[in-house]
Amino acid sequence: MPDSAPAKSRPTDAALHTGLGRVLLFVYGVFALSASARAGVQIATHFSEAPTAYLLSAVAGLVYIAATVGLAIGGARGRRIALTGCSIELAGVLIVGTLSLADKVAFPDATVWSGYGSGYGYVPLVLPFIGLWWIWRHRPQPPSTTG
Amino acid sequence: MNGPLSAATIAVALLLAAWFLLRAALNRAPSRFDLLSTLAFSALVAVLVIVAVIGLFDGTRPTETATFCGYLITTIAFAPVAFYLARLEPTRWGNLILGVACLVLPVLVLRLQQIASVTGA
Repeated sequence: MPDSAPAKSRPTDAALHTGLGRVLLFVYGVFALSASARAGVQIATHFSEAPTAYLLSAVAGLVYIAATVGLAIGGARGRRIALTGCSIELAGVLIVGTLSLADKVAFPDATVWSGYGSGYGYVPLVLPFIGLWWIWRHRPQPPSTTG
Repeated sequence: MNGPLSAATIAVALLLAAWFLLRAALNRAPSRFDLLSTLAFSALVAVLVIVAVIGLFDGTRPTETATFCGYLITTIAFAPVAFYLARLEPTRWGNLILGVACLVLPVLVLRLQQIASVTGA
């Protein structure tokens, strides 16, 4: 349980430390699982129909998992993982969203990022912004000499 | 999928979501009533899932049976997980977790109906 773990074992900016962070992790976790599970089923059952879309789904799932873990552990390493993950998500949802509308042949089957995440209530479009906001809000404070 | 039962589940989920989000906005931690309603809601979802599983054995199966079963497992586990997490978080954020979970569940039920409607016979 996060509550019973000794406080010093986790960096103070770990999202697990605060209630809002736990909500964020919950949502990220749900997306990590749904994107990965969906990709897993698609690759296992009909990979040849749309390899690009399914591989993309798998990559999206891995990125969500990485971002979830990065946000959860915090610290310099966690921040770097989360920042990378959230940036890839943002780029992915914008690029794939645009391509899926412009070129339907390359994306015959839906991915989590198709149509800017419209199949998932545009949550994939909003999540990276919330993640980046979280990282920005918990950026390391430079040692302050004022006051 | 049982139509009326699905509709009832979605309606209850949305009502509860509104209630939990309101409670979170008012800075209230999950009360005993909130947690008990989550449990009652979990029971309703469990009934829906069990009815769907029974339907798998007498009637046409959805084309994507594996996906359907995956969604069934996710659906039945979702509210209990939210309940568990909300108990760990006795602040307003516990209610936000319950609210988010109650917003996701209608999506799961709609997806289940969608998958169930494709029988490909």
